[in-house]
Amino acid sequence: MRAGARAMLHRLRQDPRARWAGLALIVVALTVLPFALEASVGRTWVRIIDLALLYTMLALGLNIVVGFAGLLDLGYIAFYAVGAYAYALLASPHFGVHLPWWLLLPMGAVLAAFFGVVLGAPTLRLRGDYLAIVTLGFGEIIRIFLNNLNAPINITNGPQGVNLIDPITIEGMSFAKTNTLLGISFPGTHLHYYLFVLLAMLVMFVCIRLQDSRIGRAWVAIREDEIAAQAMGINTRNIKLLAFAMGATFGGVAGGLFSSLQGFVSPESFVVWESITVLCMVVLGGMGHVAGVVLGALMLATLPELLRHTAAPLQQQLLGKVILDPESLRMLLFGLALILVMLLRPAGLWPSPTRRRELTSARAPGTL
Amino acid sequence: MLLLEARNIRKSFGGLLALSEVSLAIEPGEIYGLIGPNGAGKTTLFNVLTGLYKPDAGAVVFNGTDLTGKKPNLIVEAGIARTFQNIRLFANMTAIENVMVGRHLRARAGALGAVLRDRATLAEEAAIRRRAHELLEYVGVVRHGHALAKNLAYGDQRRLEIARALATDPKLLALDEPAAGMNATETASLRGLLEQIRADGITILLIEHDVKLVMGLCDRVAVLDYGKKIAEGAPAHVQGDPAVIEAYLGGALP
Repeated sequence: MRAGARAMLHRLRQDPRARWAGLALIVVALTVLPFALEASVGRTWVRIIDLALLYTMLALGLNIVVGFAGLLDLGYIAFYAVGAYAYALLASPHFGVHLPWWLLLPMGAVLAAFFGVVLGAPTLRLRGDYLAIVTLGFGEIIRIFLNNLNAPINITNGPQGVNLIDPITIEGMSFAKTNTLLGISFPGTHLHYYLFVLLAMLVMFVCIRLQDSRIGRAWVAIREDEIAAQAMGINTRNIKLLAFAMGATFGGVAGGLFSSLQGFVSPESFVVWESITVLCMVVLGGMGHVAGVVLGALMLATLPELLRHTAAPLQQQLLGKVILDPESLRMLLFGLALILVMLLRPAGLWPSPTRRRELTSARAPGTL
Repeated sequence: MLLLEARNIRKSFGGLLALSEVSLAIEPGEIYGLIGPNGAGKTTLFNVLTGLYKPDAGAVVFNGTDLTGKKPNLIVEAGIARTFQNIRLFANMTAIENVMVGRHLRARAGALGAVLRDRATLAEEAAIRRRAHELLEYVGVVRHGHALAKNLAYGDQRRLEIARALATDPKLLALDEPAAGMNATETASLRGLLEQIRADGITILLIEHDVKLVMGLCDRVAVLDYGKKIAEGAPAHVQGDPAVIEAYLGGALP
């Protein structure tokens, strides 16, 4: 029975018509999602999904460094900060410069990649715990710089952050306002959603393509055994720097989008905890598996919000008062979820087929 | 012309002199054996030749170019590929992926090509896969091509490591104890493989403890003891050398 169903599924997958139908279904679902969310649970949720999509991009970027190349980076949020501030400073009244978003996003990406190489270069000889500690330090250095670069020359406006950042504008349509298009009114959150979905899918596409390539294999080889990788002719220095740069690029783009979505950035958005959260998304979802990482990011970005919106009212209703503050409950459940996943699914919620084999270690000789 | 020439290599770790003025010269097309008791410095010499260690003094000249102190990836590029004494496969990659990694330096595609998958990249990728498949066939582990490297049987892992090294198109294949832990049948078939590799025009440098294999296979043998080369020559000649006998069995009683 089950085998029959599986065979049918397999046949469906092979059928190009079924594939197109599936694709069309996904496109339709993704298109109506913000409207469905707004109608059912309110516009806040569209915004939460917007942020979740930014986290998805971040997690995919970090996955290149941690999941593919096996370099434990605990300061990844620094690249998000670089992208966010690059956008904020060049599209706000702070300097009076107002460059267009389509220029700033690629610029932020390139700048973040540059920082990826600059911060990656001194760590090339480090591995494991040592690498983690140094990257943790670098991440903090960037944040502290942003916090203190308001004197003697005011560059970042310090802890007050940068305000009134220009929204993304396409054809005179500002993403900060509600726009009417073809008789349908699109609130800014929805427009951001569409842009973020497209970019997140682009990042996914790039990751999947990279994974199954000469570069992707070199990354995994370095993760598996750096000395052997070098002895097989891989220039480990360049390939590791490429991983840092690619990962940082996605972080930089996500940072720019974050700036435009919020209209405000301050160093507080880029604390260590954010790096840890993104790392948790990667590990929980399934390190090295693009689809798993996306799942992890979407889950960890939305579930705490769900909790925030349900925990307090639920306690009020059942017990008459709020005993556990949702914020602390969130941390508690977060920790518990991580422990459970590590115990029950050590390869992550949705590991790649190879990783799964790794951890079950079943001896299944394949055939060519 | 000599294929590989090591001149007066010296290497010490702290106060321990691991190699002292070791020289060797390998001719194209031969199988050159490197033997010696445990701790004699064989693997250290290997690591110097393949770039893992920088020698304190001396020079490594390969195919007319000076490779002394060059990084391992540049040395592979020049044409010396190696295997490791304790197998160092990419354990969680499949067998064929391991060999495909070996093709890395003979291919060009970068990140952009990987994302765009243009015609040149696709063709290159297909060529890599084809070559990897051929090499798996060549060493005889093709039936395990899609198994994870760590799940292969021990002897197959050794063969896979050879296939991975061959994927780099070496002129000299350096094997660090390829028969270690193999039984007589496996060793015999390994010997067949090494002879085949030599017949295909690849020079072999071999560290090995299995005396029978070394004596039967090698054209010339060098013997290391306490970081010094104590003998060199045809296997039969070296076998009778009093210094070698002393190194292995100890000297005569006073």
